[in-house]
Amino acid sequence: MASLNSTEQQRGISVSVQNLTKTYGKNKEVLAVDSVSFEVKKGELFGLIGPDGAGKTSIFRMLTTLLFPDSGSATVDGFDIVKDYRQIRNTVGYMPGRFSLYQDLTIAENLHFFATLFGTTVEENYHLIKDIYVQIEKFKTRRAGKLSGGMKQKLALCCALIHKPTVLFLDEPTTGVDPVSRKEFWEMLKRLKEQEISIVVSTPYMDEATMCDRIALIQGGKILSLDTPDNIIGAYPDTLFAVRSNNMYDLLRTLPQYENIKAHYAFGEFAHVSFKSGNASDLEKFLKQKGLSGIETKTVVPNIEDAFIKMLQS
Amino acid sequence: MKQFFVFVRKEFYHVFRDKRTLFILFGMPVVQVLLFGFALTNEVKDSPVIVVDNAKDEASQAIIGKMYASHYFDIEKAPLSHNEILENFRDGKIKAAIIFPANFNADLSHTNKAQIQVITDASDPNTATTVLNYATSVIKSYQEELAQNTRIPYRISTEVRNIFNPQLKSEHNFVPGVMAMVLMLICVMMTAISIVREKEFGTMEILLVSPFKPILVVFAKLFPYLTLSMVNLVTILLMSVFVLGLPIKGSILLLVLLSMLFMVCCLSLGLLISNIAKSQQVAMLISLVGMLMPTMIFSGFMFPIENMPTLLQVISNIVPSKWYYTIVKFVMIKGLGFSSIWKEALILAGMTCVLFFVALKKFKIRLE
Repeated sequence: MASLNSTEQQRGISVSVQNLTKTYGKNKEVLAVDSVSFEVKKGELFGLIGPDGAGKTSIFRMLTTLLFPDSGSATVDGFDIVKDYRQIRNTVGYMPGRFSLYQDLTIAENLHFFATLFGTTVEENYHLIKDIYVQIEKFKTRRAGKLSGGMKQKLALCCALIHKPTVLFLDEPTTGVDPVSRKEFWEMLKRLKEQEISIVVSTPYMDEATMCDRIALIQGGKILSLDTPDNIIGAYPDTLFAVRSNNMYDLLRTLPQYENIKAHYAFGEFAHVSFKSGNASDLEKFLKQKGLSGIETKTVVPNIEDAFIKMLQS
Repeated sequence: MKQFFVFVRKEFYHVFRDKRTLFILFGMPVVQVLLFGFALTNEVKDSPVIVVDNAKDEASQAIIGKMYASHYFDIEKAPLSHNEILENFRDGKIKAAIIFPANFNADLSHTNKAQIQVITDASDPNTATTVLNYATSVIKSYQEELAQNTRIPYRISTEVRNIFNPQLKSEHNFVPGVMAMVLMLICVMMTAISIVREKEFGTMEILLVSPFKPILVVFAKLFPYLTLSMVNLVTILLMSVFVLGLPIKGSILLLVLLSMLFMVCCLSLGLLISNIAKSQQVAMLISLVGMLMPTMIFSGFMFPIENMPTLLQVISNIVPSKWYYTIVKFVMIKGLGFSSIWKEALILAGMTCVLFFVALKKFKIRLE
């Protein structure tokens, strides 16, 4: 283990995952994680992006030594997730998917409890959490159960950070949090990178993916794509159009009838469309024939969500 | 060590901030002692009884006088006919009727043999038997007085004495029972629930992914509930001495030490339950049905084990509360020392060791 440990350290790898597989059920009939491999570099902000049930939480729980993998292996800080679970538990920070602090303890008590549990004090590592903690400090005598969603997540992040972990695992930290707090939360994560802390974060929100250094798009326990957000978007092969009309419902029903269409799906107030051949003006003509009005088309730059949908459909 | 202390303090926060738990924790022993002590007693006091004194002589008057003096009967003297007495029974006005025949004293002094008729309402057999026993004991005591005064040689009389509990006070039996029940319930249920709650709220995940050793989590969980159970033990003992007037005859130190042994046994059971139960409700249900029921049925506190079918008698041996109940009864009420209870203590200690070891072994350090 020692040799692997040192080589991984030299390469500057925080988390290394090889063919990790996890099944549930008596007969292992539910395949939750299907031979997943990835690496997280030191100080990297790595995102696992995927819908509910994609296997994100299972990956987190295996990496935090809470679950045994069925096959495959992984190391965190060079430590094996099965054999060296004690060392991993000593060094990582983990924020589970749902709010996992003591609801009947106040903010200050929760923070103090977890700091002590991890063998440190709030004062010692206050610089790490200062930016976040000042935002909730004025409520520090309030019980955690009575906090808003955003404040809860900030507190949970403080508690996960207070012992200066080498790797931080955040399982859907922004689920159930308002958009403003979500944005703040991601800014905090960006700042944490400066502290040389590697962060593995999962989210079902596509718009958050671009905040990561690298992302893995996962679905059904498999990694569909793993790259920087820019590269993933850049690899989008088609020209993408946004189409709208006065009646979106009819539009979405009419689009499949157009023979040259390659892909189409609702995207906010528009429908995103790509063509096998032909162009937008042909489509406009077609839609007018079909009796739709107020038609508007424009080319759009694909984003992560388009890339993800593209991968799901192919 | 500092981690342990902070963890224990957190457990106390949980207990003291949850008003309902707090109420159950400290209210239950008090309520149970009072309930069993004053309401749920099988003593029969002031039963309405009709005395038909057809003799009205020295002996009958003396016996009736004795009956008045005891607090068992609420006596009404009335010269009623047999049918009128039946009428009273049917209306449920009386529990018993005591009838002295004419010439009662004459029969007694001349033939050395006299009869008293005692009629009881056996539709409630327990009360009937109890009332009958009271009446018999009053009559017997008169007979004994008589025997002392007149020197009749070679007179043999059976003497019944209720040792340890001469007044047949029912408190004596229920205090050890309540102790077993309260300690069982608090140790098992509180431990199980407090651990399952950590799982339910997901805090267990964070505790496991921390440098704090899982075994310390277990000890930090057990310690506060051991302390609270000690408080309850003291409450029950104080109440039994000062409210119920039941003295602790044996060694208090022995009683406390063995109670602690029983608490550790129950805490281990709670720990085991927390491994199985997925939610707080399930934990509570298992504790109630799986632990409290056997304690009530098999400890010998409510139903005598000797009267059970052999199979159930065998089963009763695996219930820790049975042994604890016996120990408390012997030490507290009979005032016996360790030499008389070492066998029970050894069995309880053995059970505790096994349960504690298994519970520690089974404690999951992962989520599966």
